[in-house]
Formats: sequence, structure tokens, C-alpha cells
Amino acid sequence: MLILNRRRFLQVGSLASAATLMPKFLKAFEKGQLVPPGNKVLVVIQLSGGNDGLNTVIPYRNDIYYKMRPALGIKRTEALSLTDDWGLHPSFTGLKSLYDDGSMGILNSVGYPNPDRSHFRSMDIWHTGSESKDFWNTGWIGRYLDAQCKGCDKPTQALEIDDTLSLAMKGESAKGLAFTDPNRLYNTSNGNYFKDLLNAHASHAEEHNNVDYLYKTMAETISSATYIQQQFKTYQSKESYPNTALGRDMKVISELIMSDINTKVYYVSHGSFDTHVGQQKQQEKLFQQLDEAVSVFVQDLKKNNRFQDVMVMTFSEFGRRVGQNASGGTDHGTANNMFLIGGGLQKKGMLNEGADLTDLQDGDLKYKVDFKSVYATLLNKWLSADDKAILQQQYGYLDFI
Amino acid sequence: MPPVSEKLQLQHLAWRAGFGEPLPVITKWTDKRRKEIVNKILIGKKDTLDAVAVISESDLPDYRKVKDMNAEQRKQVQQMNRQGVKDLNIAWTHTMINSEHPLREKMALFWHGHFACRTQNVLYNQQLLQVIRENALGNFGELLSAVSKTPAMLSFLNNQQNRKQHPNENFAREVMELFTMGRGNYTEKDIKEAARAFTGWGFDGSGQFVFRERIHDDGEKEVLGKRGNFNGDDMLQILLDNKQTAHYITAKIYRFFVNETTVDDAKVAMLADKFYHSGYDIKSLMREIFMADWFYNEQHIGNRIKSPVELLVGLRRSIPMEFEKEEVMLLFQGILGQQLFYPPNVAGWPGGRSWIDSSSLMFRLRMPQVILYSQELRTKPKDITPEMGEGQNYKMTLELNDSLRRLYARRVNATINWDAYVQDYKDIPRERLADEIAGALLVKNSGASKPLLDKYADSSTRENYIKTVTIDVMSTPEYQLC
Repeated sequence: MLILNRRRFLQVGSLASAATLMPKFLKAFEKGQLVPPGNKVLVVIQLSGGNDGLNTVIPYRNDIYYKMRPALGIKRTEALSLTDDWGLHPSFTGLKSLYDDGSMGILNSVGYPNPDRSHFRSMDIWHTGSESKDFWNTGWIGRYLDAQCKGCDKPTQALEIDDTLSLAMKGESAKGLAFTDPNRLYNTSNGNYFKDLLNAHASHAEEHNNVDYLYKTMAETISSATYIQQQFKTYQSKESYPNTALGRDMKVISELIMSDINTKVYYVSHGSFDTHVGQQKQQEKLFQQLDEAVSVFVQDLKKNNRFQDVMVMTFSEFGRRVGQNASGGTDHGTANNMFLIGGGLQKKGMLNEGADLTDLQDGDLKYKVDFKSVYATLLNKWLSADDKAILQQQYGYLDFI
Repeated sequence: MPPVSEKLQLQHLAWRAGFGEPLPVITKWTDKRRKEIVNKILIGKKDTLDAVAVISESDLPDYRKVKDMNAEQRKQVQQMNRQGVKDLNIAWTHTMINSEHPLREKMALFWHGHFACRTQNVLYNQQLLQVIRENALGNFGELLSAVSKTPAMLSFLNNQQNRKQHPNENFAREVMELFTMGRGNYTEKDIKEAARAFTGWGFDGSGQFVFRERIHDDGEKEVLGKRGNFNGDDMLQILLDNKQTAHYITAKIYRFFVNETTVDDAKVAMLADKFYHSGYDIKSLMREIFMADWFYNEQHIGNRIKSPVELLVGLRRSIPMEFEKEEVMLLFQGILGQQLFYPPNVAGWPGGRSWIDSSSLMFRLRMPQVILYSQELRTKPKDITPEMGEGQNYKMTLELNDSLRRLYARRVNATINWDAYVQDYKDIPRERLADEIAGALLVKNSGASKPLLDKYADSSTRENYIKTVTIDVMSTPEYQLC
């Protein structure tokens, strides 16, 4: 436990020195609740652009598949065998071993009623968790923050590794925080000028007052940036992450997970999977990057006994059409698969029937599982949150947790 | 509550009815009566409208011909569209910055969000923008009808596919839900019936509205309690005849121009009633608002969060400047979440506090320094996703993303015309400069006091002092408000 003690020492030590520099009313923010061991964490990996699910989890015994995809279909001999009927894309060697050792579940035919084939609309639907006829301005993780963080001082419960914040992370009153590099976040937000402004501002704490809202956001950002950077310093991964954008992002996430930070949700994007043209090469490259980054990440977590507390979820705004197009690619489709990776899965492997190619609607797969059920399950069973309030409807739970 | 000073009232008006005005303009206004100023704001300097145009109709082939093109020709068309939408964004932003009739552009920005639309076709975008700018302060019924007949909107809302045999409800649904009445005021049956009325509305290859009688359903419809063989025009009239439309539009205008956090229902009802009885005259509605004493109540002043475009335009109206690459404005818009011609969905930008999160606020606070000190821009916007993906135009959006990405980590080289700005303060004694600058740039101030500004100012010369104080005032949370 030497490391833990050292970590706590570093943390307390640095907080003490930071505290002397901070305005008085900000000090309250600095005493973030330390996370108890066993803190459950969700990592969302967004596959932007509409990943082709049928070349991800491949129906390699299905004649329809090869007939519809004479050039794009992945050969049975090349796919990594999952079951008698289903194989995994050849790039996923790392994920295949996770599948084999029971650390991965594959959920098939996930989607929603009245699917929309526009990227931005369908992504909106996935981010907000709305029905396809509704337009919501808040995201599902943002509303989790609203419900969970009433009175919380920091938006560090949900972090996105990017320069800008996704709609999924924006709640009504609480919002997640986006950054790519904790040190840069600290440097850009901790100017003395901003701190002096904060000191000079007399808050009226009136709900409709936007100037107070802006100052409050600024105070939270400064204190969160400090908090994140302090936590970030306490652990340096010994694993060698791939030198890709996703590799770097997963390393940041892992280093934060190993600290005592109070973060419950991490969010990262990978893409673009919009493979209308020349799909094979593009998807292969992106899958390889995903496979490498996630494999090292899992290894890192396992070595540090954190794997049982972490759940990784992948999703894409839609799958692609069953048939290939004329440009060596696929066009926008509907239902898709999701990966769930973690040490705490109750059910593993293929979690449900694979995509049914005999039962199509206008050449598209039909959804069998509403993605909001996946959210509900994660919110309720993994994050112990009130999924009904957050999703504004009761969706059925799945049994992977 | 202390009375709001006349200067502050005028600054409030200049911001809400435009993008702020520099000190000399506000000073000039103080001699005039409110009625005179409001009149000028409503009418503008001249009555003619310069089009925001980057391409002429003959430059682009009609869309039917695209099908017969070879790969090289197609690529050229994509290239023209991509560059065109970018140019259109820059051209309109410049119009907002330099406009002598800012209210028209402000209203157009409001309608641009209200009639949210995405299309890759630069000509369609340009047409729709022109319709919106032409009618921005005109009659709402005419605006609604003109917008509804643009190829941009008809294609975006799938009305080309709305046929007698296979009605497509998308257009009718959005017209009722977003353009006129708002949700909860009609039934699903009303939408189905309205969709039938709109069958046959489409456009031809040259981008002109056409009524295709063959596929129009001319049977009897029953919608919103009325019965008849309605066509699309009748349908729009039924929606305008319904008072709920006046109420919905007025409430939205109130939130945009008066107060987004607290809505005075009685005032909205009063305004909506007048709007309805004026036959939907937008200019009268705006006059009513800007002439009202309550518009100048302290609770409204400085409580609106500037949208990213308002922020950027306001900054450039205060200090004249040119960017080495003007397309850097698209990058600012993208990072802050309001790229013109790319609304997040059919409901437009939600606005208000949704503009603000930790990263967007910190970027806003740093933006004046990045621009005015020509610093490197090390922030990337999220990629824009193409709209409907079946078409061949998806590459265009990817190229747009690439071109924005190329601006990453480059200096924002701006040529700033400080002379004119510094000149505005020539008569102000040094010890009053900080307060005057803060007073001119902010309508609400709680933190940027003279002692604090002095602490961070470069006092070596009068000019440097004015510049550094200005940049610091622009780097405050208060500057995000108007």
C-alpha cells in the first residue's frame, strides 16, 4: 500500500499548497470527495461516422451476406471465430482474446424505432437518448450529472478527452468537462487574471442571473483543472500505449482511473467510420487502432486491479446498409452492434442473437434492442443512478451486468 | 433599484437590435429621442438590400445533370459547393460586421436558427439566406411561405418525396412543430392531413419552386378543425390564422431579444395579440418591444449570453480587423458551437446556457488574446458530419473538416486597425480610461474594476494601455453577455 500512501501524500501536499493560492470561497471546491475503492467507472468510446457492424461482427456462414457484399464481405477464413456462425473482424486480435477470456460482451441489433439516416440527427438521438421524433437539448450523461451532482462543486464526474464537449455530456444544470491534456487544461485556465476576476466578483447566487452562472462555471473550471492535474500527477502508466490519438486518450483515461479522482464517466471519440468509399482499408486501420488502444488499456487496468470496476462501451450513430455500394463502401443503415468490455460483466460473449439478414426493412437491419435499454442498464446497475429520471422513461434492463 | 442610465439603455438597445455599437455611435444617439433612434434601427440607412452572394446561378449545373457527370466533373461541383458554403459563411459574417442595418442581420440570424436547414448545395443555401434577409423585418406569413418554397427547405425536409400515393410527413411535421405552432397544439392526424396538402410541392433542376399537380392529393382534408380541399398555400394560411402561431413566434422572439431566462407571460400575450392583429408584421412587433419602457428594465440588461457568432461579430465591430485567412472564423464558430449553415438539428441552436461549458467558456475568455495578440490556435472543433449520407456529397464535408484542421496550431494572423479604435478615446483623461473602456464594452460589470485592470495593463504608453485594457475587458465573463 506504499503507492497509495504516497499518492495520498502527494495529493494532500499539493492541495495544501494550491489552497493557499486560491480565493477563499473556492477552497470548498478543493476538498473533492475521495473515491472509495471499487468506484465504478464507465468509459464510452464513440465510433463516429456510422461503423459498419456487419463487417465488425461477421455472419460468416450466411450466404446472403456474401451475396450482398461480393467485394466487401470478409472471408470466413480471415475472420476471427467467435461462434459457429459469427466471426470478428481480423483486426481485432486483442479484443478476440478479451472475448475468449470472458471480458467482453457483444450486443447485436441495437438501435431505435424510426431510425434516422442522417449522421447528425442520429448522433443527436444517441447523445440525448430521445425518441427520434423529439429534439432534446441535454445529453444522457449530462442528465446523469444533473441527477447525481446536485450540489456537487466540480464537473469532474464526467470527463471527455477532446477540445470541445459533446452534447451527450451536457445536462440542464451540470455539464461534463472536456480537455485533451490535463496540464494544458491547468495552464490555460489558471491565469492569475482569471483568479483575480473571480475574487472581485461578488456572487448574488440568483438562479436567473447569467453573470453568476458564468462566474460559477469559471470557478468550477479553475478548481476542476487544478484537481484533475493534481490527480493526474499521482500515477504514471508503465504500459506503452500506441502513439495514436486514441492511444494517447486512453492513456490519459487510465492514468486518471488509477488516481483517486471522483470521475464516473469518461468519453472519447474515434473515427471517422463514414466509409462510403474504400471501406476496407479505412475500417481496418481504425479497428487496428481501437484494438491496440483498448488492449493496452485493459492490460493496464488488470495489472492495477481496476478492471473489475471499469466498463467500456462502444457505440456508433448507426450501422450501414446490408449491401455494398458501387464505390467499395457502404451507405448509411440502421441497427448495429455494441461492445461491452470489463471485468464486471455478468454475461459474456454474444449477448443476444446476431443480426438477422433474412428479416430486413428496405434493405436495412431491424433493431431488436433499444439503445436506451443499454443506457438504463449502465445507469442503474453500474452507476447506481436513477435511470428512469435520467432517461425520462422506464426502459427494460439487460442482463449483462 | 437605481435607474438605468441613458447611455446604458442605448448600449442595451444597440446590442439587442444588433451586435453592439462603438462609443461614438452611442454618444451620437444620446441627443436623440428613443422614437427617432428606434425608427432608424428598424429602417436602416437605405432601403435596398445588398445580396450576400458568392456564386451565380449559372456557375453551378442543375442537380439533374449531376447524375450524368463523370468523376472529374462531379469533383469540380463538390469543390465549388464546398468552397461556396465556406465563402457564404464568411460573406454573411462580414455583412453582419459591416452592416449599416444591423437589426436586419440580427433578425436574419434569428430566422436562420428558426428555419434551421442543412444542405450541401451552396446555391440553395444562398437562396434561403436571401429569402430570410429580405423578409427578416417584413411579414411573417410571406417569410414562412417563401422559406417553405425554397429548394433548400423542401429537400432538407424531404418534400420532394411527398406524393399523393406515398405521403412523407416530415415537411408538414416540422412546419407545424418548429416553424409555426409549436408542439402540443395539434394531433398526429392533423400532421397527416397537412402532409397531404403539401403533396406536390417541389423544385426543379434550376432551383425553382414547382407545384407538381400530378402528385398532389386534391382530396378533402380535415385539419385543425377545418375542412376543405386544401393545398399547401391554404395549409400555411390555416396555420397563420391560428393564434397559437403568433404566440409561439412572439414567445421565441421575446426569449431571443428580451430575456431568455425569465419570460413574462403577460407581456408575451400582449405582444402576440398585437402581432396577430397586425397581420404578422415583424417590424411592428420589434418596434413595440424596443419602444417599451420595460425593455430597458435592469433585469434584462446584460443577462443574455452572446451566441458565438454574436460574440465574434461584436468583437470585430468594436475593433476593425482583417484575418490573414478569414476562414479562421469558421474555426471559431465550430469550436464554440455555432457554425452558420450547420445547425445542430432542425430545431436550430438551443442558445442560452447551452453555449457555455467549461471548455467553451475558457475558449471564449482566451479568444480576444488569441486574435489580438496573434497567438497560436491550439483547439480543434468537432468534425461536422455530413447530412444525408446516401449522396456523393459526403466527401465535401470531410474536405471542409480537413481544411479547418489545417488551421490548427497556426497563428491567427490578424491585421488590427487599432488607430481608429484608440482615436475614440482621445478626449478621455488617462485616469478615466479603464472605466470608460469597460463601460463601453460591457453592459454589466462586476469584476473588471480599474485597480484590477491597471494591475494587468501595459502602462508604458497611452496606446498600449488602451490596447491591453481593452483585451483584458474582452477576456471577462461579463463580455460574454449583452
